[in-house]
Amino acid sequence: MARPWLRNPYLRLLSLLSITLFLSPTGHGGAQEAGESPTLAFVGARLLTMDGPEIDNGVLLVREGRILRVGAAGTVEVPAEAQVYDFSGQVILPGLVDTHSHIGGGGGGDSSAPIQPGVRVLDSINVRDSDLRRARAGGITTVNVMPGSGHLISGQTVYLKLRQGTTIENLLIRDAEGRPTGGLKMANGTNSRKDPPFPGTRGKSAALVREAYIAAQEYQDKVRRYADDPAKLPARDLGLEALGEVLDGKRMVHHHTHRHDDILTVLRLQKEFGFRVVLHHLSEGWKVAEDIAAAGVPCSIIVVDSPGGKLEAREAGFETGAILERAGVSVAFHTDDLITDSRFFLRSAALAVRAGMSRDGALRALTREPAAMLDLGERLGSLAAGKDADFVVLSGDPLSVYTKVLQTWIEGDKVFDRAVPEDALIADGGLGAGNPSSATLHDGCLAEEVVR
Amino acid sequence: MRASLILLRAPGLALLTLGLLVGSISPLAFAQGASSPEEASSHQQGSSHQQGSSHQPDSSHQPDSSHSVAVRGEIVYPVAGPAIVDGVVIVTDGKITAIGTSEEISIPADMKVLQAAVVTPGLVDAHTVVGLAGYLNTHHDQDQLERSEALQPELRALDAYDARAPLVDWVRSFGVTTLHTGHGPGAVVSGQTLVAKTRGETVEQSVFVPAAMVAATLGDAAKGPDQKPPGTRSKVVALLRQAFLEAQAYSTKQKHAPEDKRPGRNLRHEAMLQILAGERPLLITAHRHQDIASALRLQEEFGFRLVLDGAADAHLLLPEIKGAGVPVLLHPSLARPSGERENLSMTTAAKLHEAGIAFAFQSGYESYVPKTRVVLFEAAVAAAYGLGFEAALEAVTLSPARILGVDGRIGSLEIGKDGDLALYDGDPFEYTSHCVGVVIEGEVVSESPR
Repeated sequence: MARPWLRNPYLRLLSLLSITLFLSPTGHGGAQEAGESPTLAFVGARLLTMDGPEIDNGVLLVREGRILRVGAAGTVEVPAEAQVYDFSGQVILPGLVDTHSHIGGGGGGDSSAPIQPGVRVLDSINVRDSDLRRARAGGITTVNVMPGSGHLISGQTVYLKLRQGTTIENLLIRDAEGRPTGGLKMANGTNSRKDPPFPGTRGKSAALVREAYIAAQEYQDKVRRYADDPAKLPARDLGLEALGEVLDGKRMVHHHTHRHDDILTVLRLQKEFGFRVVLHHLSEGWKVAEDIAAAGVPCSIIVVDSPGGKLEAREAGFETGAILERAGVSVAFHTDDLITDSRFFLRSAALAVRAGMSRDGALRALTREPAAMLDLGERLGSLAAGKDADFVVLSGDPLSVYTKVLQTWIEGDKVFDRAVPEDALIADGGLGAGNPSSATLHDGCLAEEVVR
Repeated sequence: MRASLILLRAPGLALLTLGLLVGSISPLAFAQGASSPEEASSHQQGSSHQQGSSHQPDSSHQPDSSHSVAVRGEIVYPVAGPAIVDGVVIVTDGKITAIGTSEEISIPADMKVLQAAVVTPGLVDAHTVVGLAGYLNTHHDQDQLERSEALQPELRALDAYDARAPLVDWVRSFGVTTLHTGHGPGAVVSGQTLVAKTRGETVEQSVFVPAAMVAATLGDAAKGPDQKPPGTRSKVVALLRQAFLEAQAYSTKQKHAPEDKRPGRNLRHEAMLQILAGERPLLITAHRHQDIASALRLQEEFGFRLVLDGAADAHLLLPEIKGAGVPVLLHPSLARPSGERENLSMTTAAKLHEAGIAFAFQSGYESYVPKTRVVLFEAAVAAAYGLGFEAALEAVTLSPARILGVDGRIGSLEIGKDGDLALYDGDPFEYTSHCVGVVIEGEVVSESPR
């Protein structure tokens, strides 16, 4: 893959130097011929695989960006030529998956209409924003970047790997056909209620959504019926196409919803149109946990430090995760960054445990469960052979306030390293750390990566 | 579980808790005359509960009139001294009367006993807007900022504080027993602040320093809304200087002008004069280094007591702040690094501590979500980012008490101080620990874990 950041002449020079070293007769030999990536071995750490019991002194083998093998020391042979990273005394967790984030300053639909499914957030994201660096510093490796909640349908979301890169293309997660993956952002309740043409009531909100999906059904019908009749084939409509993907189950709906009755309205619409949906935020999810469980719909929740802000969030609390878990609902957390700071994503799980959620459930809610909610469960969410080598190295227990994220790895590349001063600045804060463009000022891990 | 999510006060539940104290009623507590305003306040609290009980005629429970309790901890942090393993604190009639190891202290047989892994002084939130800024982002629930004029030091927090605000209960449930709250940042001078205990149902029952400081702001946040003046940093400072000078001229006229030419009372000038007279500090919210420097410059010019607030760039001006001898109410550790706060660091608390600058933690002001932060968590993060446990605990107890000038009453567990305690089932700063009890002046105000 092209590395656009090599446009930087300094880095390009470093890169050429490293390639020269790599090819020289005195460089590494054996399996590490040019074009073949070395095997990486991460040893000594406690592995929280999210795929079975914890492994106290584990071995994680990585090659070509994928996990080759995972197991206890002694059961997994470390190849002689492997690059070994000793993380003794530390903890490795699968890379955190954030189902709902606004990093990169992107947006969706404008104020012209309440339903804009044709708009893509991927066309608006600044991947150089220091937000992304803070997310890496928090151990987040995959995000669902969402447009806002001020519309019934504000646009298409995009799933990103937080790889080092200077264009959105470097970060996309593509499907088997090479298309960018993402969902559709919907919202109900108070955020999307405004002056016309936006809805003024909850009833109107639901009516507009029903009309939109019925229009999409009719559009799909015509496209299928007149596939061989160009005269009658309707003109392409990007919005209806996106809604069609939702109706076909190919595009997940990510639905902002807070109040208990709004949550039930989503379930009602979901039943009518048969789309696949993840419920987001759920301030009052605890009131209708049994209904959500019966519908088999997964939930991605936010944990904030106090209730309120708006009326529909006045009964939000730390207990939502525990109550949904007990009801048998699949639960994930999200940052909703900028609402909570991506550097403290682990804290969301810890506060949910404080309020009664199981430790295992809370850790799965940062990894496995959100991966499944993005239809990426096959590739992400646990440390298992064949999955992407996305993981985070922690100084201690993931739920302790005293624990620091030491390193973040994506597909076998280190994207954050607390030992690098530029990365530590982002992790801790300090002069220049919050500047949105600081990613262009300090390349941190990127510089180290190229040198390596 | 569901009941615990209901944030609004449940007097019935409170009475139920109080009912557990039946055995320890001391009728003498009400017979005693109040010999100080503080005692008067605590007695008012007691009588309000008596009235409360009359609404439950079928209840056999009696109110807690003794305000006495023994608190036992596997480890007790008095903050004023070394930690006590297997410690006991005795609170009698609202005040701490004994503290020591369980071997040294005998607990009276009829006294209610609370027990926890860790016992600390009740936490002090050094600066918040809870009680003025409600939990809804609607105009009717937000009283922390009046934007009709740039400088309104005469606005009293006392006239707006809602002792029953749900967020008061929320922060108390994590161990916060004292709030320094009032008018927030966002105007050159937004108004006064107060200090209140997180209990009581009226402002009079809660407040114990009715006018603590006057809140001012420098920098972008002080600029007027909708193109209204002041429009620049310099203008903000010029307005403040002008206000001090006008107050001084007013004072001169009041003192020296012939009686028929003396000006009528001017509340605004009076409030500025109180600052100049050192009756209360000027709390200046300033994040950028140049705004912090402006605050120090103003303080030098007019000689008022200055308390720096927010101070995201404080780590860039440690010698200057230290040299001025000015305390800092530091921004929340978890505040977002954007705008004027883009340089903030979670290590600033550690740096202030190392530099020997007096500082304390605050929950601050949040314009959107969360509606308030919890000062316990702000201290916790700083503890983890270089400050350490004991210094962080001090910066959320004794240090804010000192900066607020109330360390004679609160902030540490010492004989004679108010019986304000927080109980935890583990390290208070750990996310997964719980606050399992809160005691204010001997009254057990919360026993449900959070």
